[in-house]
Amino acid sequence: MKFLHLIWCNLKRKKLRTSLTLLSVVVAFVLFGFLMAIKQALAGGVNMASQDRLVVRHKVSIIQLLPESYKARMDRIPGVDFATHQTWFGGIYQDPKNFFMQNPVVPEEFLAMHPEIILPPDQKKAWLETRTGAIVGRKTAERFHWKIGDQVPIQSSIWSKSDGSRSWEFDIVGIFDGQKKETDTTPLFFRYDYFDEARGGAKGEVGWYTIRVKDPTKAAAVAKLVDQEFENSSAETKTEPEGAFVQAWASQIGNIVLIVAAILSAVFFTILLVTGNTMAQAVRERTGELGVLKAIGFTNAQVMVLVLAESCLLTVLGGTLGLGLAWLVISHGDPTGGLLPLFSFPARDLLAGFGISLVLGLITGIFPALQAMRLRVADALRRM
Amino acid sequence: MAGPINWISQIGSITKFGLLSIPQRRGTVAATVFGIAGVVAVLVGVLSIAAGFKQAMTVSGAPDAAVVLRSGADSEMVSGLGRDQTKVIADSPGVAHTSQGPLSSAELFVIINMPKRSTGMDANVPLRGVETSALQVRDKVKLVQGRMFEWGKDEVIVGTGAVHEFSGLEVGSKIKVGRFEWPVVGMFSAGGGVAESEIWTDAKVLQEAYNRGDSFQSVYVKLNSPGAFQEFKDSLTSNPQLSVKVVRQSEYYAEQSETMTRLITTLGVLIAGLMAVGAIFGALNTMYSAVSTRTREIATLRALGFGRGAVIISLMIESLMLALVGGALGGGLAYLAFNNFHTSTMNFQSFSQVTFAFRVTPELLVRGIVWAAFIGLVGGLFPAIRAARLPIASALREL
Repeated sequence: MKFLHLIWCNLKRKKLRTSLTLLSVVVAFVLFGFLMAIKQALAGGVNMASQDRLVVRHKVSIIQLLPESYKARMDRIPGVDFATHQTWFGGIYQDPKNFFMQNPVVPEEFLAMHPEIILPPDQKKAWLETRTGAIVGRKTAERFHWKIGDQVPIQSSIWSKSDGSRSWEFDIVGIFDGQKKETDTTPLFFRYDYFDEARGGAKGEVGWYTIRVKDPTKAAAVAKLVDQEFENSSAETKTEPEGAFVQAWASQIGNIVLIVAAILSAVFFTILLVTGNTMAQAVRERTGELGVLKAIGFTNAQVMVLVLAESCLLTVLGGTLGLGLAWLVISHGDPTGGLLPLFSFPARDLLAGFGISLVLGLITGIFPALQAMRLRVADALRRM
Repeated sequence: MAGPINWISQIGSITKFGLLSIPQRRGTVAATVFGIAGVVAVLVGVLSIAAGFKQAMTVSGAPDAAVVLRSGADSEMVSGLGRDQTKVIADSPGVAHTSQGPLSSAELFVIINMPKRSTGMDANVPLRGVETSALQVRDKVKLVQGRMFEWGKDEVIVGTGAVHEFSGLEVGSKIKVGRFEWPVVGMFSAGGGVAESEIWTDAKVLQEAYNRGDSFQSVYVKLNSPGAFQEFKDSLTSNPQLSVKVVRQSEYYAEQSETMTRLITTLGVLIAGLMAVGAIFGALNTMYSAVSTRTREIATLRALGFGRGAVIISLMIESLMLALVGGALGGGLAYLAFNNFHTSTMNFQSFSQVTFAFRVTPELLVRGIVWAAFIGLVGGLFPAIRAARLPIASALREL
């Protein structure tokens, strides 16, 4: 630690070079933050999936509906705690670009199934009492400046009412928050009984079911039982854990992880070149001094650590600044306007970023450091 | 003051001198060149995804073809039209005719789950029910293997993109739709268009399998000429029996591709922009070190009467050349790695998969080179100004 001052002075020697290198490291880590947030936005739902929930959909595809009567049959299957359903509403608020999900649900069952949705008790009560009531997530409420008591008109591209109109009005009775930072608080949920009565067709049919199993370790067996129950019926089912369902959904967009990894490697390779080069130059210029240090009693290992510490200090400093900056920008929210509801910077990736900055420092510093360590005093001094 | 010829020869000699000293500065120069190559490769690579997706969507739309949907529907998926309506549409003015009747195909559009080859996970593959004139309505569709399905029979043909991306769709295999098993009897191409992602069968067969009665979701028509569109549209929208939306096929697909293209372009430019900032720092570093190792040489030249302008311009040229090499390298890399890379993604509007190939277009390469040149110029400017401002006397004293 007592050499910290020496390392710091060495970095300050060529201020311009140090700051330019530092800035490129900062940029690399801002990018790292962004890419992690994008990955989180596209694939993060998988981490939020609950271990004890299964999703049941029509075997042929999710757009085909299932009878509402399946609920009672599902509830009777051994291992099933209870089942509840949702339906894709496909609504548009003012402009198709204002995308967010709206689904009709059975309020009490829905809230019991999704403890990650935090709704104050009085608002829950209001929802149960208001047939046309809807609850909306904090993010969407803030985006459109909706308050409790507002009536919002939503055009459904899929569902028309019995009179042929496609405009549906909902009374906002509650605004929910997420239990965790990663919980999606963009959707709107409204009451299935209102929906089923008012819709013009497909009455008694729903989009998909969510099942809570009593014992998560037996989830796979329960899924099999559910599919067996409806085998050879007109609407066969496919049941899978919520995580697998979400993952399959995310992978439909493309192989996100691979793309993110490819971009990140291009970025870090570039930064590696820039930083490594700076360190190599710094050591080359200081050959003579390092010789003096060794002559006055510094051991080879000490000299090596000195050089390594310098490169690590540079990258960790840059990494911290970059990650901080990324965190600031990302907490402002989704840059695409609604397409990426889960855009956020997970703490896990923040920690990984710190780790990477340290490793980057070690890799870029190691060759110059070894060079410095192997330096023979006589040779070094002759070059002064 | 020397003449312009002399000035140019000054620039030439300083530039030559700078370029010849590159081998001594291998490390820094390589860092810059590869840094810029990285930026250009990422920029071109990411935008080639958007370009490929857009290409697949727009190549599908001929100017003399139109799509009719229920009014208010933004994709076929949520549209619905009855038999009586599709008949009125087929008989409208402006629709091209052959001896068999109007070139109009009333179609159904649903999705079916098939596993993606790359991940093994289920994806929403579009399944389209068509009428007999579907092949004439879309002139790019051609059978490349096997045969056409027989009308009225439980058979399907599949697009080349779908066969490539999803497993279990080869000619000779069978797909399971609910309780039915349909053999794949042929494979078709569609000039790289979106139809290549689809599975096709007879609309009647699909209606039966999906209990759709005698209803459809869209009508695809071929018009007499691109100019006949307005007449066709007016006759439908003024018909009180109908409540439909009439769009040119090309516009329909452009609209469909908008969300995805916007997403990719926003993110791509954001990422590449940040990387470019990083690369500018790298380039600045290189050129500053280029200047500082040559302090004495530059001072000597200035003492000999070389002008400030010549020093600045030649250093900028040096930086620009390094950047262009980097840009070319990055563009080439992106071309080799990404051009014609086949993949599939979700079309948010229709909820279904679109298969497409990344396209590194000449425009993208030019764009990459322009970015590289910009990085090179900015990265060279400040070091060049510094070099030109060096006080000659003190710089020479360093000798």
